[in-house]
Amino acid sequence: MDISKINDKISWRDITPGGNVYAGGTSKHFNTGEWRVDVPVFLADKCKQCLLCLPVCPDSAIPVKDGKRLDFDFDHCKGCGICAKVCPFKAIEMKKEEK
Amino acid sequence: MSIRERLSGNEAVAHAMRQINPDVMAAFPITPSTEIPQYFSAFVANGKVQTEFVPVESEHSAMSACIGSESAGARTLTATSSCGLALMWEELYIAASCRLPIALALVNRALSGPININCDHSDSMGARDAGWIQIYAENCQEAYDNFVQAYRIAEHKDVMLPIMICQDGFITSHAVENLEMLEDEKVRAFVGEYNPEHSLMMPGKPMSIGPYDVPAFYMEHKRQQAEALKNAKKVTLDVAKEYEVLSGRSYGLFEEYRLDDAEYAIVIIGSAAGTAKDAVDALRNKGVKAGLLKIRLFRPFPGEEIAKALAHVKAIAVMDRTESFNSQCGPLGAEVKSALFNARLQPGVLNYVYGLGGRDVKVEHIESVYDALIQADKSGDFSDGYRYLSVRD
Amino acid sequence: MAYNFKEIMTRPERLAPGHRMCAGCGGTIAVRNVLRAIHPEDKAVVASATGCLEVSTFMYPFTAWEDSFIHNAFENAGATISGTEAAYNALKRKGKLDDTYKFIAFGGDGGTYDIGFQSLSGAMERNHDMVYVCYDNGAYMNTGIQRSSATPMFADTTTTPVGSASNGKIQYRKDLAAIIASHEIPYVAQTTFVQNFKDLHIKAEKAIYTPGAAFLNIMAPCPRGWRYDPSDIIEMCRLAVETCYWPLFEVVEGKWILSYKPKNKLPIEDFLSKQGRFKHLFKKGNEELIVLFQKEVDRRWDELLARCEG
Repeated sequence: MDISKINDKISWRDITPGGNVYAGGTSKHFNTGEWRVDVPVFLADKCKQCLLCLPVCPDSAIPVKDGKRLDFDFDHCKGCGICAKVCPFKAIEMKKEEK
Repeated sequence: MSIRERLSGNEAVAHAMRQINPDVMAAFPITPSTEIPQYFSAFVANGKVQTEFVPVESEHSAMSACIGSESAGARTLTATSSCGLALMWEELYIAASCRLPIALALVNRALSGPININCDHSDSMGARDAGWIQIYAENCQEAYDNFVQAYRIAEHKDVMLPIMICQDGFITSHAVENLEMLEDEKVRAFVGEYNPEHSLMMPGKPMSIGPYDVPAFYMEHKRQQAEALKNAKKVTLDVAKEYEVLSGRSYGLFEEYRLDDAEYAIVIIGSAAGTAKDAVDALRNKGVKAGLLKIRLFRPFPGEEIAKALAHVKAIAVMDRTESFNSQCGPLGAEVKSALFNARLQPGVLNYVYGLGGRDVKVEHIESVYDALIQADKSGDFSDGYRYLSVRD
Repeated sequence: MAYNFKEIMTRPERLAPGHRMCAGCGGTIAVRNVLRAIHPEDKAVVASATGCLEVSTFMYPFTAWEDSFIHNAFENAGATISGTEAAYNALKRKGKLDDTYKFIAFGGDGGTYDIGFQSLSGAMERNHDMVYVCYDNGAYMNTGIQRSSATPMFADTTTTPVGSASNGKIQYRKDLAAIIASHEIPYVAQTTFVQNFKDLHIKAEKAIYTPGAAFLNIMAPCPRGWRYDPSDIIEMCRLAVETCYWPLFEVVEGKWILSYKPKNKLPIEDFLSKQGRFKHLFKKGNEELIVLFQKEVDRRWDELLARCEG
């Protein structure tokens, strides 16, 4: 389902009945990364891929590929810093974000 | 070849439900609709239906479960009355706004307080803004016929709205009457299978139902919903036409009884229409041109058609079996007057509140209403326009 | 049950990013890790009560749910998912549906302990094949941190504010897991974010795959309502468990099983001192309040130990 046309211009004739969304995960299109004050820095050379940071992210903002974590999803990371505290190898550092 | 039966209104509706064989029924008992889930449970227990019966712990949960079930692509129904309907109030709005064609057998009973188990229309009238289709029956035959037609109206792709099929508590629900039922296979063929385009359980096609709507979207959703309810009028007529071919019984938006040349008419809903028809006949025998309009489809309100049917009538009494507490008129009074006004008609109108909490309605009561119409018409004085029938003054 | 951390952590994500929950929210951590316990080949229908989770994860047209999702009202996630489960049985019987669906309802403590209590009880009593997961953050957070029956004693909330005539909430929290266990359902468990989520995962998987009704009570700290630094959530959970404020246990077919017994039970101050909602307890003259709190924690802990022994 293409949600790009669902904005404050859409006619009542075209809006989906009852507010139904005929798809999963359309929230991906909304950028919550803009909320950040602090930003995580991924120190890949320190990362042992233990994946302990994966379950603690409230925002599913640590993508995984072939069993390994990649750099942060900056479109969605809100900079809460939980992953940095949990990382046993200091492979994540929180810094003030430069806008 | 139809089946001749002797059934109460509750039994008749329960049999209609059996013949429809819905996927899920989630219900909680309340007088006088209790017998419906009881009869239906017996059908389940004896393998006469393949329905999942969910004995929920309240009416609010009944409608909640109905919403969960219908959203999952299952044809779902329930039954209730009075406070049970009132307890479901927020859920009625949600069922309609989610566009779920749930069917509800409503057995009309007065709302508390004080608590009263007898018939009036305060329950369904109280829910008239919830967005449900509302169809009313005069007797057991109509209750049966309306329920068989219910899903064909509700599930129509231009509608997709929940529907309540109403009958008067005790008066109709518990009165055994002669009626004709259709054969099981005929009902099955007429109602058909429920195959929604979307549901919660379509593998590979997830959907989300029930969002938080910001002001940018809420009004468009409501406008769309309103359009769907408008469409229900035509669909009700189309389905009735099909049903006539099957049953030989004809239904419309309302019934006109000796209304063609009537000078004095009452507009009424439910079982009291039967009593009123006797009054009309008695008056006609005396030479009074009395007539009656019995409403079948109340939501959406077919105002245009009602105004047209009443256009030639000199004086009209609108009968409300509920007190709306606005000091001016009852719900039906408001709608009929609004329809007449829209059609630029200005007959004299008297609005009566009658039959609250099961207060008996007798032929002579209705005759007194026609007398009042005639008096008011003679004198031209309709100023005392909001009256009570048979309350002890 | 073997806990293959890597395999589990690399399963496809069922809660998409882009939802509007606060940075550091415990609710979505709970949700992500419960959903991860669904076997990847199985499908789910998720219901949610109105609350932080629902309004933030499904704001038209943005849904964070990759599975089918339904929100109905505040107090009826239990009843709503009961209806969906009944529909599943009906459709399966008719041959209209083949796939395996799991039914999971989420509610905050508001929609579960309080306003949602009746419909939860009904759903559990009827033993629908479903899981009800409460993400317990100890107050009505979505409407601005009002007290619920899950709120701990002496907590500062907006309806039990600390003032010259009040020390916060009077009552200790309701033991909902025990109440639900009394419904004699097959599986009840209490858990939170400890042991690298091993406890939570195993319990979630058991809950989802045990036929019949299951209930999970997950302590999900709220940085806004509890007033701690959002990045410290895992530490908050550790302290809750090590002080025995939030014991970890299961009730399997009526048998109470303790999941974890701290070797060195920490004093409740260790948990309370880290949260702004309890800062008044550390004012001079309020020592007795902490004593009372500790007494209640100990009483319930001893009761739980006795239950689990038998």
